Amino acid sequence: MDVSGFPVERSIRPYLIGLGLALILTAIPFALVATHALPRLTTLVIIAIAAVIQILVHLGFFLHIGFRSTPRENLIAMAFAAVLIVFMVGGTLWIMFDLHHRMMV
Amino acid sequence: MTATTTMDATPISHEKYEERAFGFWIYLMSDAIIFALLFATYVVMLGNTAGGPTGKELFSLERAAGETALLLLSSATFGFAAVALANADKSRSLLWLLVTVALGAGFLFLEFREFRGMIAQGAGPDRSGFLSAFFTLVGTHGVHVSIGILGIFVIIGQVLIKGLTTPVVSRLARLGLFWHFLDIIWVAIFSVVYLPGLF
Repeated sequence: MDVSGFPVERSIRPYLIGLGLALILTAIPFALVATHALPRLTTLVIIAIAAVIQILVHLGFFLHIGFRSTPRENLIAMAFAAVLIVFMVGGTLWIMFDLHHRMMV
Repeated sequence: MTATTTMDATPISHEKYEERAFGFWIYLMSDAIIFALLFATYVVMLGNTAGGPTGKELFSLERAAGETALLLLSSATFGFAAVALANADKSRSLLWLLVTVALGAGFLFLEFREFRGMIAQGAGPDRSGFLSAFFTLVGTHGVHVSIGILGIFVIIGQVLIKGLTTPVVSRLARLGLFWHFLDIIWVAIFSVVYLPGLF
């Protein structure tokens, strides 16, 4: 922890590891879309999984979020934002697609 | 300015910077919620093409891959700049910040060309609900990247003029969070907009 209130990184190692992992996790979904190797649903699921893992990689290696190193209130704020996002995005999609479905009849 | 420099010496200043870091973190979380709702809007509007072009006809996998590579690399180079700064290597830090600006500008250039091309072929934000949502989502991200680049220029100026003082170092740390955060949003953009749109 330094003056900035965030852990300070003195080696480029985590950035290189993060970059390598991110490149792999980007290449997989792009290659799948370029080659059309798998059926649509499987491809979409793999894209989603790769995206979630890549976001976690970015949070860990680029933003240095850790359960012990990051201040507790920052983690709580992040969890709260995540809950809001799940409710608002999930709720929006649920309501709008339900409405769409009913209007089509 | 003199007030800040004298405050630096007192132990209270440390708490103050932690407070600022926390405040900036709260801002990032609220920004994440804004983007999440733009994503939700985009997915809802996906089918509303009003007889106009769909993503499959408009998007390019090569361009999306190029934009992704530029932004991902710029995230890493910002990290290198932060590490150089932590090791008090001023010139190397400035060099990596300039590389970051160049990569970010390259990203914006590709995005600008993409938008201009789409508008030129009659697929502007006014064409359909789908395109309105697309331009709002991707454009908001582009505006953030532009502000980030502006921020990097300001930080470069501050490092040059003020040197590696505590306020400058803490500002660079917060700007870094912002820049890495934008890369996370871009991961969501290519995973929600470009890849499913092109499959």
